[in-house]
Amino acid sequence: MPRLALTINGQPQALDAAANTLLLDLLREHLQLTGSHRGCDTAQCGACTVRLNGKAVKACNVLALQADGGEVQTVESLSSQTNDSKTWHPMQIAFSKHHGLQCGFCTPGMLMRACAMADEGVPAEDGAVRKALAGNLCRCTGYEGIVGAVCEGMRRMRGEPIEAADAGL
Amino acid sequence: MQDFDYCRPASVAEALALLRDGVDSKLLAGGQSLLASMKLGLMAPARVIALDRIPTLRSSHEEQGQLRLGAMQTHGELAASPALQSWVPGLAQMAGHIADAQVRAMGTVGGSLANADPATCWPAGVLALGVTLITDRREIAADDFFTGLFGTALEPDELLCGIRLRRPRRMAYLKFEQPASRFALVGVAVAQFDEGGVRVALTGTTQGAARLPAFEQALAKRFDPAALQGLRVDENLMSADLHAGADYRAHLAAVLAGRVVQQALETSK
Repeated sequence: MPRLALTINGQPQALDAAANTLLLDLLREHLQLTGSHRGCDTAQCGACTVRLNGKAVKACNVLALQADGGEVQTVESLSSQTNDSKTWHPMQIAFSKHHGLQCGFCTPGMLMRACAMADEGVPAEDGAVRKALAGNLCRCTGYEGIVGAVCEGMRRMRGEPIEAADAGL
Repeated sequence: MQDFDYCRPASVAEALALLRDGVDSKLLAGGQSLLASMKLGLMAPARVIALDRIPTLRSSHEEQGQLRLGAMQTHGELAASPALQSWVPGLAQMAGHIADAQVRAMGTVGGSLANADPATCWPAGVLALGVTLITDRREIAADDFFTGLFGTALEPDELLCGIRLRRPRRMAYLKFEQPASRFALVGVAVAQFDEGGVRVALTGTTQGAARLPAFEQALAKRFDPAALQGLRVDENLMSADLHAGADYRAHLAAVLAGRVVQQALETSK
């Protein structure tokens, strides 16, 4: 069985996995990182989106071996927990504030894609965000809230002022 | 997905040796089509040969006064490539609209061309540009490369290493997407060259990317959407499925041909 060496959420990992193991199954089944969701399993819905070497990819359509030697970030990397308190990522705060989720199934993929978009320089504007987020589907029809959340989350990540309408929230 | 052996050769020669040793093998570029096929059991190779550790397949450079792209460059990388944006901006734009950002981060130009899916963008783009496809052993003109549905001129043990582009005066590509899969129902690419020649290529056909000679002749006389008035695309050329019939696809193709000429004119004044 092939041996893989990769960094997952900052932790170096050495794992044995069959060659036909998908990156998503490596995360969910081997590492119990179940935040990345299996939705369509055909690279359309984006619920399985993680970052591989910084780029958002669909973990249901990547072999674990394709990530060998690389760095993977999952939704579990966003918040941090100490003994008695949890610190949320700016994008998570924005999703909460804008009601950017309903059932929550698509949310881990949305968050990971949105964080990659912040680094890609996608403008925090409605049209640009919708275009860049095209690979993530929400079946609760929650796009208004999601787009608003991503715009604000990207501004927060970039240290830019949040629009007046959002101030005080 | 059936299990397989996984190899990561470090050179083209090593990859070719693996292709020739008798084991049932498939080449893995970005895997965005191959893995879907393997999940469905449409393909079940005993061995997968990953091409991501071969440096010569991963970069662009100028050669013989043309731009060479590496087969393993991703759609996303090429969309953002300053070299491609300056050489053929319309092709960089086409690459930036394939599928979605996550798929573009993995899928490659070489994988797409070697797979020759009749609903994909690259085959129409390279056919309109008349590129040269470079393999480990020869150069193949785009006109000779596509041989039908998922068919190419590549030998079973041949590796597509890259493509070489000449600089057109103008080039543009437009598609009408099937909104769920983001594959093109129909896509039309047009390229006009300095000597006046025009090439028009179509995706969404039954037999893979195809040229439209009548459209090319009309545009060579006058590169203007009005020159296409009255021209129709033969519906026998077009594929049909639950998303769109052949007659609708043929109609879309003619409409898109006019619009893509307009786009080529507007983006390269």
